[in-house]
Parts: sequence; C-alpha cells; structure tokens
Amino acid sequence: MADIIVLKSINKFYTSGKMKFQVLHDINLSFEEGSFNSIIGPSGSGKTTLMNIMGILDKPQSGEITIDGERIDRIEKKRLAYIRNQKIGFVFQFHYLLPEFTIYENVLMPYLMKDSKPTKEVMKRAEELIDLVGVSKIKNNMATEASGGQQQKTAIARALMNNPKIILADEPTGNLDSQSTEDIYALLRQINKKYNTTFIIVTHDRRIAERTDRIVEILDGRIISDIKKF
Amino acid sequence: MSLPFKIALRFIRYNRSQSIFIILSIAIGISVQIFIGLLIQSLQTSLVQSTIGNSSQITIVSKLQGTPVSSWDGIIQKISSDPAYNKEIKYLSPSVDTPIFISEGSAINSLLLRGFDFKASDPIYHFNSHIIEGTLPTNDNEIMIGKQFAKDANLSVGKTVTVFTAKRQLKILKISGIFDFNVSAINSSWAISNLQTAQNIGGFGNNVSSIEMQVVNVFDAKKISEEIAQTLNNPSIKVENWEDQNADLLTGLQGQSISSIMIQVFVIVAVTLAIASVLAITVLQKSKEIGILKAMGLTDGKTGLVFLFQGLILGIIGALAGAGLGLGLSFMFAKFAVNSNGTPVVPLEINYFFVLISMIIAITASVVASIIPARSSISLDPIEVIRNG
Ligand SMILES: Nc1ncnc2c1ncn2[C@@H]1O[C@H](COP(=O)(O)OP(=O)(O)O)[C@@H](O)[C@H]1O
Ligand SMILES: [Mg+2]
Repeated sequence: MADIIVLKSINKFYTSGKMKFQVLHDINLSFEEGSFNSIIGPSGSGKTTLMNIMGILDKPQSGEITIDGERIDRIEKKRLAYIRNQKIGFVFQFHYLLPEFTIYENVLMPYLMKDSKPTKEVMKRAEELIDLVGVSKIKNNMATEASGGQQQKTAIARALMNNPKIILADEPTGNLDSQSTEDIYALLRQINKKYNTTFIIVTHDRRIAERTDRIVEILDGRIISDIKKF
Repeated sequence: MSLPFKIALRFIRYNRSQSIFIILSIAIGISVQIFIGLLIQSLQTSLVQSTIGNSSQITIVSKLQGTPVSSWDGIIQKISSDPAYNKEIKYLSPSVDTPIFISEGSAINSLLLRGFDFKASDPIYHFNSHIIEGTLPTNDNEIMIGKQFAKDANLSVGKTVTVFTAKRQLKILKISGIFDFNVSAINSSWAISNLQTAQNIGGFGNNVSSIEMQVVNVFDAKKISEEIAQTLNNPSIKVENWEDQNADLLTGLQGQSISSIMIQVFVIVAVTLAIASVLAITVLQKSKEIGILKAMGLTDGKTGLVFLFQGLILGIIGALAGAGLGLGLSFMFAKFAVNSNGTPVVPLEINYFFVLISMIIAITASVVASIIPARSSISLDPIEVIRNG
C-alpha cells in the first residue's frame, strides 16, 4: 500500500543561548496507509518531537515532509489547519479535552471547525464513536466529570471524528492503570481494522509495542532499529 | 451558531466570576455615563427653558431702531404659508412696544407698553397662567400691569390710570388684570394691552414693532433666523435670534457639555482598559484550550473571533445592565432629589437616543478592548501548549 507519511532527512535542533542541541538527526522514515505502528525509546530520545513534526505542529530546521502525497513543509497556515483538521487525529498523553464542553460536544468539535451545523449523519457518527469507545453513559456530562480513562477514550473518539487517515498517539496510556491501558490498545486495534486508519503510537512500554505490526526504536534522535512483523 | 461564538459563550459561562466582574465594570461605567449625561442634558434643557421658554426666540424688527415694521401681515403671511417653516416654527405673532408714562400721586413711572395679538402670543408668553388677579385686556384701552408695579403704585384691578404717551398725549386706561412673570424687571416695568391699544398710543397706525416667534428646536433658532432673513430679503428689517443675544449662556452650556463629554470619555477609557486586562488574563488561562483547538485545526482567524465575540457578548450584557442601572439612578434622582414644594430639582428628560448611543459606544469599546487578547490568541503557537503539558 502507498505511504501516507514520508519523512526525508529531517533535522531538528533547539538552541538555547549559544548552545545548539540536536534532537533529531537526519531522520528518514515512512509509514504505509492503514498500518499499525509504534515508536519506542527512552525518555528524552526525541519521540514527541518526531510526532509533533509529523503532526505539523512543529517544524524541523531541514528536511521534507509529505502527508498523503502533499508536501507540507512549505504550506500556508490555513491549508495547514485544514490538514490537521481533516487528515490527522491527535491523541495526547494528557487527554486535553475542553472542560467547557460535554463529552459529546468534545467529540463533535473537530467537525464543527469546518462546518458549524452538523448534519443528522454527522451527529449519528459522533454517537457511534462514543459507543465504540464506551463512554455513551456519560456523553452529556461535562468533560471534567469523567475519569482519566474515560477522558482518554473520549479523546480517541474525537481524533476519529473527521475520519482522518492518520492517528498520532503520544503515550496515550501514559498515566492510566493497566486495565484502561489494555482497553485502549484493544480499541485502537479495532479502529485500525474497522476504518483502515494509520496508527503511529509512541510508547515506552515494550510489551505494548510488541503487539503492533512495526516497531521503530529511537535513541538520541536516531533510528536504531525498525522491525516489521509481517 | 458559529463555532467561535459557541466557544466564546462557553468560556464566558465557565469563567463565571471573571465574566461577572467584566459585566459589572461595563454596567457601572455605562450607568454613570448615562446618569451624568442625562442629568446635564436635563439641567441644560431646564436652564434654556427658563431663559427663553417664555419669550421670543426669533424676532423680526426694523433695521432702524425704534421705527415700526410696516407690511407686517405680508411678512407673517409669507412665513406661515411656507411649509418648510411650518415644521420648524411653533408660534408667530406681532407685537407693538411703546414707552408710556403713568403718573400716580407725585411720581411719574416710565413703563413699556406691550401690545399683543393675544391669540397668537399666548403660546409664547402663557399670559393666562401668569395672571394672578383679573383677566387679560378684553377691550381697547385696557391694560394689565405687573405685580411689582401694582404694589409700588398701589394700583388694583378695576382702577383707571392716566397715561402720557411718548407724543405727549393723555389717555385714560383701565386696569383689567395683574400678572406675575417671576422676573422682577418685567413685573415692575411692563404693561400689556391688545395690539390696537398699543398701536393707538404709540401712533403706529397699522404697523407693529416686531414679529415674534418660537421654534420647535430652540438650538435651530440661529439657523432659521438666517433662512428667514434670506427668504424675506427686505433691506429695512433685521431678524434677531436668542442664540446671538445670549452668547454668554451658550458658552456656559458648551463648557458644561464639554466637561460632561470628558467625564464620559474617561469612563469609557477606564472601562475599556478593565475589559482588555481581564480578557488578556483569560487568554493566558485558556492557552491550553486554545492550543488544543488549534492543534485540531481551528484557524487563527476563528481563534481570534472567539475573543472578539467574548468582548461583544460581555459588552451587550454590560450595556443592557448599565442602561437599566443608569435609567434607574436617573428616575431615583428625579423622584428623591426634590425642592421643598415637591418639584424635582432638575426636571428629568430621558433622551433615549442618548441612552442608545451610550450603549452602542460601550459595546464598541468592549469589542475594541478584545482586539488585544484576540491578537495574542492568534499568535499563540499550539506546540508550546502541547510540549509543556
Ligand atoms: N522546547 C525545547 N527546548 C529545548 N529542548 C527541548 C525542547 N523540547 C524538547 N527538548 C529536548 O529535546 C529532547 C527530546 O525531547 P522529546 O521529543 O520530548 O523526547 P521524548 O518524547 O522521547 O521523551 C529532550 O532532551 C528535551 O529535553
Ligand atoms: Mg514525549
């Protein structure tokens, strides 16, 4: 299948004063559409930085990024917002729901950004996603009233709302108990099968990584291994 | 409902105490503005009313002082048949002024005899409501005198007086009534008769000394008087107006208006700064939410709109509350700040247009105040929020 994300010679460094600190060294990496991948590596190795670059939240100092066939390293801001909204779904370590809105409204939010009047089908889709992640009982509660696991499940439903081709999940179970962690991985797998969504999941948990189809390992900003299972 | 508007509403509801603080500061500012504005306007209206409410506001006289205006009925006809003037001029009436001398006992008093067409002049001078004894002169050779003169000369209704005219003729006139115009100069020096009596005594023939007018909007008097001068285009007359004759009063009123506007401007500036600073804090507090919204694809423009809408919504609520409070204050003032006889110190006149304008200014100021926070929300980079948790 075609590559949905292609990174070519990505270099990223931070400067503080006269100190220059390179976080990513000449990264070349691509992911196939519909694949289920993990990125592992110790803390501080550059995983989050890499994810943010793939999600066009952050910019590398050099290199090319292609998402769904479109070069996005030289793109105008409005188009960038559109790609983030339509092609990418984010699941962050800290779920980041909007506390002013209900669970249901949070899930619908990415759709409302391009069209403030959701159709019947769209509202049905939001309900289905809420069902899928298992938070339908609390869908009309404010986001802050949900537990950590429920909030993260809601964030996953929200990431899926616009039916994106890519889901970027940065340690999505980082601060959840082991049962919730199990539930969420099962859920991500299920979604991957059902919608053919490409998943890139950052984790520091090797057991979880081993259940994905491909493990990319990073150390000090370099890819040190890349194992495909099939 | 657009998404930025919806988010703005939720932000306002979620940060209840801050929203209430902003609404209160707008409401208090606007209520002060409305109260002071209405008070000063009412004060000025009552001042102008007491100065010129019972007198001629535009007066046509002969250019040569002391000479009569001839063909006055033609002039009145010309003005009153013009539909443009019909709208602007309330009352139009001729009057005859001539000096007379009344001898009582050993003293000779000099008075001004003013002859009126009572039907036409009453709306200007409100004679009927100023008569304290007797009636208006109903026949020729009857006069009405002022309260002060009646007392000084020991005269009363029904008595006759001997009058010398300026042309040294003698006339016997009967006193039909006594008036009180609340102005001692008038009460001691005016005598009032019908038009014909004054014309006879002054030797005016069929002429008059002036044509007097009151206008609908007193502050149009100068403009209208100039138009009338142009319309009549008569070299032997001149058209006077109260605004030119009371330049000092007008300067005073203007000074008062300017200081009132200054107060209002400072109130608005203070309110704007308060809104801007509270909204700026909101941007900081909401940076996490803004970051996540942008990461999900909310455009910069829509992000900025969230804060402009917050300013708009808070401004509308604050302006409505402020208008209610300001009107309430004004009514209370009119009700409780009264003279010993129960009349209000300042008769309140509610200028709803002014209230509306004040509200619009408040709402505009709120939106303007939200431009700064809107801009800082636009420049917020989501990566900062995502990275720092
Ligand atoms: N804004 C920043 N300024 C300077 N250094 C940073 C910044 N963000 C991340 N880093 C550094 O970059 C390295 C990689 O960080 P990160 O991508 O978060 O790693 P990981 O997600 O693998 O823990 C770390 O050493 C971190 O300290
Ligand atoms: Mg990380």
